[in-house]
Amino acid sequence: MLGTTFILALRSIRRHLLRSFLTVLGIVIGVAAVVAMVTLGKATTLQVQKSIASLGTNVLQIRPGQGFGRGGGGPRPPDFDPQDVEAIGKQITGVTAVAPQAQSSGTAIYEGQNWSTTINGTTNGYFQVQPWPLTSGRYFTPAEEASGKAVCIIGSTVYTNLYKTAPALGTRMRIAGISCDVIGILTTKGQSGFGGDQDDVVIMPIKAVQRRMTGNTDVRLILVGVDEAYSTAQVQASITDLLRERRHITGGKDDDFNIFDTKQISDTLSSTTTLLTNIVTAVAGISLIVGGIGIMNIMLVSVTERTREIGIRLAIGAVANEVLMQFLVEAVVLSCLGGLIGLVLGQLAVILLSVLGQLPFIFDVQINVIAFLISGAIGVVFGFFPARRAASLNPIDALRHE
Amino acid sequence: MGAAAGSAVADKAPQTVGDPLIRLRGVTKTYGTGATAFQALKGVDLDIAAGDFVAVMGPSGSGKSTTMNILGCLDVPTDGEFIFMGHHVESLDRDQRALLRRKYFGFVFQGFNLLARTSALENVELPLLYRGDAKAERREMAMAALDQVGLKEWWDHTPGELSGGQQQRVAIARAIATKPAVLLADEPTGNLDSERSIEIMELLADLNKNPGITVLMVTHEREMAAFARTIVHFKDGLVERVEAGHAQGERVG
Repeated sequence: MLGTTFILALRSIRRHLLRSFLTVLGIVIGVAAVVAMVTLGKATTLQVQKSIASLGTNVLQIRPGQGFGRGGGGPRPPDFDPQDVEAIGKQITGVTAVAPQAQSSGTAIYEGQNWSTTINGTTNGYFQVQPWPLTSGRYFTPAEEASGKAVCIIGSTVYTNLYKTAPALGTRMRIAGISCDVIGILTTKGQSGFGGDQDDVVIMPIKAVQRRMTGNTDVRLILVGVDEAYSTAQVQASITDLLRERRHITGGKDDDFNIFDTKQISDTLSSTTTLLTNIVTAVAGISLIVGGIGIMNIMLVSVTERTREIGIRLAIGAVANEVLMQFLVEAVVLSCLGGLIGLVLGQLAVILLSVLGQLPFIFDVQINVIAFLISGAIGVVFGFFPARRAASLNPIDALRHE
Repeated sequence: MGAAAGSAVADKAPQTVGDPLIRLRGVTKTYGTGATAFQALKGVDLDIAAGDFVAVMGPSGSGKSTTMNILGCLDVPTDGEFIFMGHHVESLDRDQRALLRRKYFGFVFQGFNLLARTSALENVELPLLYRGDAKAERREMAMAALDQVGLKEWWDHTPGELSGGQQQRVAIARAIATKPAVLLADEPTGNLDSERSIEIMELLADLNKNPGITVLMVTHEREMAAFARTIVHFKDGLVERVEAGHAQGERVG
């Protein structure tokens, strides 16, 4: 019987092609919107997570000051000193590596080429906290770190601008007025999640930067790598206690430094994008319901318009259930067809937008299946009422209907 | 060979072995209730033998259409008995009556009532589809029915591409595709010119002779009724009289 009604439904849809298409337009748009929104939301979340991951996972960033948007007035809190860094590395459990940073900027010069760049003074710990392989050369030696020797590891942007394709290892370039030996070239990391070029950097031993450029031993930023086995929140709490003690902050006074947990940021941003995705999806979902109402509307009109046809069917021996099934199957087939068209359009939208928005392209099987099932369910729900009305018609009245 | 009908002449159908195909006894039909109630049938008694060709005549409001609806199992009597092939139709529910229609009845209407934008073949296939026949069988039977009405070559035309007479032929093909026992025709020539009308009547008479389908037809026109073997006259919700049609004499023994 289902096979019969299926044939009848398909024939009826074929007979009213334009109307059928208009009927399902709402579903088409709804499904396309839901699929596109969910997929793009996931792509965005993925992108954000990737950006955050480039900062290093399980990394704490410690800075003087009270963090974003706070501590406007008063004298600037002091930077950290090398002993703070040492204390964190020695006294806190769960720390894999500590990397102090002292930043400066200056012009790098090699054989007549100039390039203005960031100079990052740190230790080998930096490469442990957020792994960054070299394309060639080596990291610092303990002796170079201890003595603050003028050696540098350069980012790929700096390399390209100063050397083009010429060999750089073993050459001596000038940077901010001092000359230093190039000992390593870093792999390309690309843009950070916040738009900056992470490869536009020259990395030197922190002591070299402090002694020859900043002229003090201040540390503006400490990166702490946290062991996977420990919770970053707990390590953060221990560091807070240690630093409060070392910086003589007592009682109820606020911290004059802040600790940034990249994992926490990652989680926050992810949950924000997820929330946004859900909201936009809900809006798209509403259009699905509107589409369903559209189907019901047209099906009701169709039942009225085809009253005579229903009468003929009843007269030649269709039982009520067959008429009900015919209209129901018609609604379901229609909405499923609409769903399929919607899936294709949604996928095209995803491809287009991921190219325009430079988002990674993902094909989310789950949402496609769910959207399709929902479109079928909408056909059942909104097709039932018109179908029941058709089935309950009296054949004599239906035949007489003009 | 039993002809005929009407309780008044029930005793005139002695050749019929056993019960007639259709038997109405004291059938009444009342529309509405209370003060607005209208009694369309006031106790109709009618017997129709298998193989008969009955024309039902009568002025508007005489109850002939109501009777046809009841005979076609489209409607149920308010009171009285309708026995078809031994079934008490008045006690069957909607779906059971639909199944009875599917199996034993074919319908031809004044307005043809073909599905628009649907080929003649698909129209004829429709009752076979509901009966659940397989595709090949369906096609074969539908084509055979179209052949019987002389429209085999027109199977892929839609009603819009066919003349009125041709449309009615397709409708007849649809009605006989299931090889029904009874063909009910409600003013089958009402929308046709006289030449087409005669063609349709000849077709119905042929179908009555071979394969011997019992034909019940409502008509206003005496010339059309003349094709029948039996003419039943309705008046004021009752069977007024039953007479033999012209075809009576031509009957093959």
